[in-house]
Amino acid sequence: MAARAKNNGYFGSFGGKFIPETLSHALKELETAYEHSKQDKVFKAKLKFYLEQFAGRPTPLYYAARLSDYLGVKVYLKREDLLHTGAHKINNTLGQVLLALNMKKKRIIAETGAGQHGVATAVAAARFGLECEVFMGNEDMERQALNVFRMRLLGAKVTGVSSGSQTLKDATNEAMRNWVATVKDTHYIIGSVVGPHPFPTIVRDFQAVIGKEARQQILKQEKKLPDYLLACIGGGSNAMGLFHQFYNDNSVKFIGVEAAGLGLNTEQHAASLCKGTPGVLHGSKSYLLQDNDGQIKIAHSVSAGLDYPGVGPEHAFYKQSKRAAYVAVTDTQALKALKLLSELEGIIPALESSHALAYLMRAAKKAKKNSVFVVCLSGRGDKDMEMVSKLKGFNYHE
Amino acid sequence: MNRIEQKNQELCLQKRKAFIAYITAGFPTAAATEQLVYTLEENGVDFIELGMPFSDPVADGPTIQAASCAALAAGMNMINFLNLVKTLRQKTQIPLIIMSYFNPIFKYGIKKFAIDAKLAGLDGVIVPDLPPEEAKELNQALRNQGIDQIFIISPVTEPARMKQIAKLSRGFIYYVPLTGVTGTRTSLPKNIALAVKAIKQSSKTPIFVGFGIFTPEQVKQVVKISDGAIVGSGIIQVIAQYSQDEQMVKKVGQYIRSLSQMCC
Repeated sequence: MAARAKNNGYFGSFGGKFIPETLSHALKELETAYEHSKQDKVFKAKLKFYLEQFAGRPTPLYYAARLSDYLGVKVYLKREDLLHTGAHKINNTLGQVLLALNMKKKRIIAETGAGQHGVATAVAAARFGLECEVFMGNEDMERQALNVFRMRLLGAKVTGVSSGSQTLKDATNEAMRNWVATVKDTHYIIGSVVGPHPFPTIVRDFQAVIGKEARQQILKQEKKLPDYLLACIGGGSNAMGLFHQFYNDNSVKFIGVEAAGLGLNTEQHAASLCKGTPGVLHGSKSYLLQDNDGQIKIAHSVSAGLDYPGVGPEHAFYKQSKRAAYVAVTDTQALKALKLLSELEGIIPALESSHALAYLMRAAKKAKKNSVFVVCLSGRGDKDMEMVSKLKGFNYHE
Repeated sequence: MNRIEQKNQELCLQKRKAFIAYITAGFPTAAATEQLVYTLEENGVDFIELGMPFSDPVADGPTIQAASCAALAAGMNMINFLNLVKTLRQKTQIPLIIMSYFNPIFKYGIKKFAIDAKLAGLDGVIVPDLPPEEAKELNQALRNQGIDQIFIISPVTEPARMKQIAKLSRGFIYYVPLTGVTGTRTSLPKNIALAVKAIKQSSKTPIFVGFGIFTPEQVKQVVKISDGAIVGSGIIQVIAQYSQDEQMVKKVGQYIRSLSQMCC
């Protein structure tokens, strides 16, 4: 298991460091700082303190009784939605801000899609008094206006990106360009298990707390390992965070749920693993949505956080080695799941997490009765309410 | 001896510094690129970097981003690019270097790319997102075809790594004097001479300096302390400004002349 990311950041044939020369020093510096932090008791104690006292860990593994009855299987929700800022992203940003402090960096930059990573970065930067700039596609700024406001309130500068699809892909391009120019005093906090080595490993390790807790919690509550782990996948950080600790538990099936947008047989989806081909984007080799000329396609999903034409290289490795199965659900199916969880459990999930829930409904039909599912509820739905309220089927205004 | 080596020898004999021009292939059209190449050569350019556009050019500033986007929209791809090079080779022997990101090359097929690049008449390859660690397969394929792979050194490249890159780079070494993306800068860093001297200690390969340069004065300043100056975004700006104008090729020629005469 440890051998997986040791080979210069390769997971099987995926990963690597495809970067402009100007970044090579910064990535080496980051790798050194990160390796050091893993042995550093002070660092670990600090991170533990902020995860518990500031972010609100551990999060419950909640048995969703009514949903379980409805589906005929046992459903446990890993409640990352209860964390400070409302999503799992803060697990990573707190870790990386502490790394940035160790590297004596004064400024933090980040890309964001749904704005959850941007908010989590702005929160961590504010807490430690670091300057913060977040790059966000103009289209995403519009559909996630509330998160833009939150970031600004937290003292971060939010810079709109007008190139390309004006979503997460382009925000990532712009953040990388800014990093190339400011690399001497700036740390780039990538928000998912993507990017050049060592980012996919660092983000995975900071998110692995999800799976570490979930494994202990399910063993305590069920006295056995779960049959299935389910999580949504954009870049894939909450999924990798949940899966990682169960890697050697061969009986536990991993299912990653991508965004099928308007349908996998249309051009309007974000299912890089289901429909993509290997290629290199944003510093690593993985599955991408691209045309025959190697130009990157524009992804589509109702959920800004999944609207990305690439995916973390370790997921590409899981796909290739068949450790995980990757599936996709449409915008409509995700919205239906959002409604169902709200009504049955009194929990409003984020649109991203709703994709995992939507596939749960399908998987439950095929699974044996009383199979145990752990679903990562990666974020809460508050940020999506304004947009969802305008959609068909959500007409509660009268 | 390939065309790059030949040109370097020629420059050495004439005691001249090199002037290198970058243009995006297919911007505004492939036909315009062909005419521009001839004009660049007529106006004193020694090497031409032809950009094969990529949808997500992370090492490029707004000028080249916009040109790449327009070229892709106008139908540029690797097949059309190589055909353009073939057409150019019927009329010119100027060294032609492709500058592209790794994904279009990877998707085309690394070995196939090296073979087809040779057949088309390319002399060199620059891939800004492919550092030496990731370049082994492409580098071998290019060496097999006698095509030079040019690597980049930046101001934050550590000394040991700099030596390694300087040895690996064929044809010339591309020194980027600033941390940042492509694009014009009103002032250049002061320590370029020191960096060039340091690289010279580990390699006899010529060192060309690019990124940020766009005025005759900057070209003059850079060739004084290195073996050549590379100009890209400055040219693209002129092309963009006159893209709808029949004077475009002429205007680019005038601009290039003002820069290349600084290389005597």
